Amino acid sequence: MAIEDDVLVIGGGLAGATAALAAADQGGRVRLVSAKQSTLRHASGLIDVLGYTPSGEGPLSDPFAAIPDLPRGHPYERVGPDAVHEALDFFDAIAGDAYAGAGTESNALVMTFGGTVKPTARYPTATAAGLASDDRDALLVGFETLPDFDAPLSAAHLESAGVPFAVRGVTVRFPGLARDDAKLTRYAHLLDRDERVSAAGGSGAREALAATVEPHVAGASRVGFPAVLGDERADEVRADLADRLGAEVFEVPMGPPSLPGVRLEELLYDALSDAGVRVTTGVPVVDYEPDAEGAGRIDRVVVDRNGTDVPHRADQYVLATGGLVGKGVRSDRERVFEPIFDCHVPHPADRYDWFVDDAFGDQPYAKFGLPVDRDLRPLDATGDPEFANLRAAGAIVGGYDFAAEKSGAGVSLATGSVAGRGAGAEVNDR
Amino acid sequence: MARDTEVLVLGGGSTGCGIARDLAMRGLEVTLVERGTLTDGTTGRMHGLLHSGGRYAVSDQASATECIEENEILREIAGHCVEMTGGLFVQRPEDPDDYFREKLAGCEACGIPARVLSGAQAREIEPYLAADVKRAIEVPDGAVDPFRLCVANAIDAESHGARIETRAEVIDLLRDGDDIYGVEVRHGSGPGTRTSEATGTTEEITAEYVVNATGAWAGRIGAMADLEIEVRPSKGVMTIMNVRQVDTVINRCRPKGDADIVVPHETTAILGTTDEEVSDPDDYPEEQWEVDQMIDTLSELVPILAEARTIRSFWGVRPLYEPPGTGTTDPTDITRDFFLLDHADRDGVSGMSSIVGGKFTTYRAMAEEISDHVCEALGVSTSCTTADEPLPGSENLAVLERGMDDFGLRSPIARRSTQRLGSRSREVLETDEPNPVVCECEGVTRAEIQDAVSQTGADLNAVRIRTRASMGNCQGGFCCGPMANELHPTSDEETVHDALDELFQERWKGQRHALWGEQLSQAMLTYALHATTMNRDRDPANATAEIDFGAFDDGRAESNRIDPAGRTP
Repeated sequence: MAIEDDVLVIGGGLAGATAALAAADQGGRVRLVSAKQSTLRHASGLIDVLGYTPSGEGPLSDPFAAIPDLPRGHPYERVGPDAVHEALDFFDAIAGDAYAGAGTESNALVMTFGGTVKPTARYPTATAAGLASDDRDALLVGFETLPDFDAPLSAAHLESAGVPFAVRGVTVRFPGLARDDAKLTRYAHLLDRDERVSAAGGSGAREALAATVEPHVAGASRVGFPAVLGDERADEVRADLADRLGAEVFEVPMGPPSLPGVRLEELLYDALSDAGVRVTTGVPVVDYEPDAEGAGRIDRVVVDRNGTDVPHRADQYVLATGGLVGKGVRSDRERVFEPIFDCHVPHPADRYDWFVDDAFGDQPYAKFGLPVDRDLRPLDATGDPEFANLRAAGAIVGGYDFAAEKSGAGVSLATGSVAGRGAGAEVNDR
Repeated sequence: MARDTEVLVLGGGSTGCGIARDLAMRGLEVTLVERGTLTDGTTGRMHGLLHSGGRYAVSDQASATECIEENEILREIAGHCVEMTGGLFVQRPEDPDDYFREKLAGCEACGIPARVLSGAQAREIEPYLAADVKRAIEVPDGAVDPFRLCVANAIDAESHGARIETRAEVIDLLRDGDDIYGVEVRHGSGPGTRTSEATGTTEEITAEYVVNATGAWAGRIGAMADLEIEVRPSKGVMTIMNVRQVDTVINRCRPKGDADIVVPHETTAILGTTDEEVSDPDDYPEEQWEVDQMIDTLSELVPILAEARTIRSFWGVRPLYEPPGTGTTDPTDITRDFFLLDHADRDGVSGMSSIVGGKFTTYRAMAEEISDHVCEALGVSTSCTTADEPLPGSENLAVLERGMDDFGLRSPIARRSTQRLGSRSREVLETDEPNPVVCECEGVTRAEIQDAVSQTGADLNAVRIRTRASMGNCQGGFCCGPMANELHPTSDEETVHDALDELFQERWKGQRHALWGEQLSQAMLTYALHATTMNRDRDPANATAEIDFGAFDDGRAESNRIDPAGRTP
C-alpha cells in the first residue's frame, strides 16, 4: 500500500523546504522527500532577491522597484511582486535572529570571498558586520591553509571597487591545526569546542586565534574571517573573538563546502521538524503513475529506497528538485529534460545553441527549466498544465538566470511559498 | 658583425624546445622565441600517445622504426613524463583480417615487440572492450605528458645558458639580400612577469642562424622573407573523458579512419581524432559532429564511452608537409615524416632552415638531425648527447618509489605530485611552509603551484600545463581562484585579476564542446559559484559607473546584531 499524504514535496533545498513549510501552514499532512544532500552546501547562505536586472542594470539598491518590470515568464512575474514580499516575511519569521536585513527594503552589499561585493537582501547575522555598504574600516584575515581566500588580495580588490572604507588583509596560521588540508568543519569545531591548541595548560583555540590576529587589528572597527567561525556555537565564537579583539567580527561567505549554507539547511530542517513535516532524505523519486481516471493528474510517485520501489501517494505534488546543478533538469547529447515527470523543458534543438562563447555572457543554459503558469503549474509545449496537481518551485522553474541576476534564493522562497500555499489550500478546498 | 645569439629558434613546441636543448648542450648560444606560452601550438594539442610505431607499421615503416627507437629513448631520459600503459590494436568482426596480418608482420619488420591476443585475453586486460572484439595485437604504446616533456626541455636548455622568451611573436624576418640574419619580435600581451621585456615593445634579435620550428605556422614565417613553405595544416579533434575508461592505449586495427584511438592520460582518457585539412592554423571550425563522431565511433570499441562524461574537447593542427609534386589529396595519406628545408639549397637564401612535418614521439630525433645541420652550417663539431642525458626530473627516478608520506601530504596526492615532479620532488615539496591542496581534482599542492609560478610568472595557463591544476573534472571551477591567489603579492591585484579571468575563459572554451549531462551540470555549478557567490560576472571593480554605497543597507538598522561588550554598532 502506498504512503499517503496531502502534499508531497519532492526536493529538499530552499524551495522544497519553503514549499513544505508553506503547505504545512495550511494544516495538511505534508511530506518532503529528497534524493540527497541539497545544493545549499554549495551556496553562500545569502538570500539574494534581485541584484541586477536581466539586462545587467545594477547593483540595485531597491530590488522591489525592479520586479514589476521583469519580463513575462520570469518567476517573479508569475507569482507577482506581493508574493515576493510575503515570501521574505515568511523567511524572516523562520530565520529569526539567524539572519539580518529585514529592517530595510534595500539590498545590502556584502563582501565576497573573491574580493568583490555583491547585492543581497538578507544575510546571516554572522555576516552582518561585514557589509561593504557599511563605512567602518575593516581588517580581513585569511588562513595560510585555506587557499580559497587570500585576504590581502581581497582587500586590494575591494579598494579597487571603491568601497567607502579602508580595508587591509593579513594571512595568518590557524592555531591548532595539525594538517594542511583539514576539512572546513575542523576549523569550525576547534572554535566551537574551544579546544586546547598548545601544550600543558595552553590556551583554547579562540584565545590563540585572537592572540594571533590582535597585533594586526590596529584600529580597524571590524575584522572579517572566512566563514569557519564555529558551527553550533557560531554566535558565541564570534562574540568571544570580538571581545578579545575589541572589534566586531564577521564572516566572509565562502564557496563549497559552505558552512553558512549548511547552517541555513539546518535552520530549515529544524523548522520542518517543528512544523510536523515528515522528512525522508536519501531517497530519489524515480517514476510516477498517472491517475487511472485519466484526468491529467498524478496518482502516485515511486521512490527508490535502497533499491526497493516504494509508492508515495498525495493529493498535491510540488516539484522542487533544482535546476542543472541539483539535477532537477538533466540533459544528454540530444535534449534537455526533466527526469521524473518528463515535463516540457524548452531548449534549442542544437546543443551548440545552449551556450554563448563568453563564459559570463548571456547563457541560454542558465535559464533552462520549466515554464509555469501563475499557479506555478508546469506547462507542456502547447501551454497547457502538464498535470492538474503538480506545481514547481525553485531552480527547476525556467526563464531566469539566477546567477547573473543574483535572484536564486528569492525565487526559491517566492515560488516555494506560493507553490506550497497553493497546494495546501487546494487540499483544504477539496 | 656581432650577433645577439648564435642560433635563434622560432617556436616553443616540442621541436623548438628540443632543438634549443640539443644546441645548448653542445655549447652553442641559443635564443628561443615563442608567440604564446610553451606548447601553445601543436604540442599542447595532441592526445598524449607515445607511439610504439605500431600505428605506422603498415603504411610508413621508416616512421615506425624511428618511433620504437625514440619510444625506448624517452622512457630512459624522460621517465617522469611517460607512463608505459601498453597498447592494443583491436580488431572488430567487420575489420579486415588481411590488415591485421599486415600489421603484425609490419611490427616484426620494424622491431616493434608485438603479440597476438584473443578477444577474451584482450578483455582480460581491458574489461570494457566490446564483447564482440575478435582479437588484438599488443604493442608497447605509452602515454606521455607533452607539457611536462616540452617544459623539461626548455628548463634544461635554460640551465645550459639558453634564453627562452615566451609571449614574443615574430613579426618580421630580418633579411639582407640573400641572407636572413634575425627576427623582429613583439613582446607580448598578457598579465604578469611572464615577459622579460615590456608588453607591446618590439625587439630585433640577430643571429648567425635561424631555425624555423613553427610547425603549422612555418609558412607564415617563411612568407615574411618571401619564402614559400607549403605546409598543409590538418586539424584533429580530441575529446577528454572524466575518468580512465581504459588503462591501455586502444587503437582500432583497420587501415585508416577517424576516431580510432583512446589514450589513457593521467586521470582522464583522451579520444581521438580526425584529420581534415584547413587553410588557416589559427582559425578553423570546431564542430559538434566531430565530437559526436569520436563518441559514436569509439564506443564501437569501448561501449561505455557512449554514456560516459566528457569534460572538454580541443582541436590541434598537424604541420603536415609533403614534397612538391606528390599531389596527395587526403591528409591521412600524407607522410608523418619530417623534412628539413635548407633555404640556402632550396631558395638561395642563407641563414635559415625550416623544419616541417614530423610527430611528437620523434621530436628528439628531429632535433638531433636539425642540430647536426645547424652545427655543420656554423662549423661546430660537437655531437649530440640528448639521447643519453636525462631531462630535469628524470635524473633519479628512484625517488618516485620512495616514501609517499615524505612530504606530509595525503598519500594519493604525494603519489601524484612525485609522479609529476620526478626527481625534483624533494626540491619542490620539501617546505616548512603550510602546503595545502590548491587543486583537489588533480591533487596539486601550493608548493607545486609556487614552483611553476617561479618559472612562469603570472601566467596561469603556463602554471596549468606544468602542474595539471584546473585540468580535472571541475575544469577550474573550484581551483582557478585559489590558483590566482598564489600569484599575490608577487603580482599586483590587477595582474592577478586578469590572469584569473584569462584562465577562467580558457577553461570554459574547451568545455563548450562537452556541455551536456554531468559536465553541463558542472558548468552551471561553476557559473553559479563565480557569478552568484563571488559576483565575478558583474565585478564592481570592472564597472565604469561608481557605486552609490550610501544607497544600500549598511546593517545599522538591525537590532539583532551581536554587540561586543561596551561597543555600540
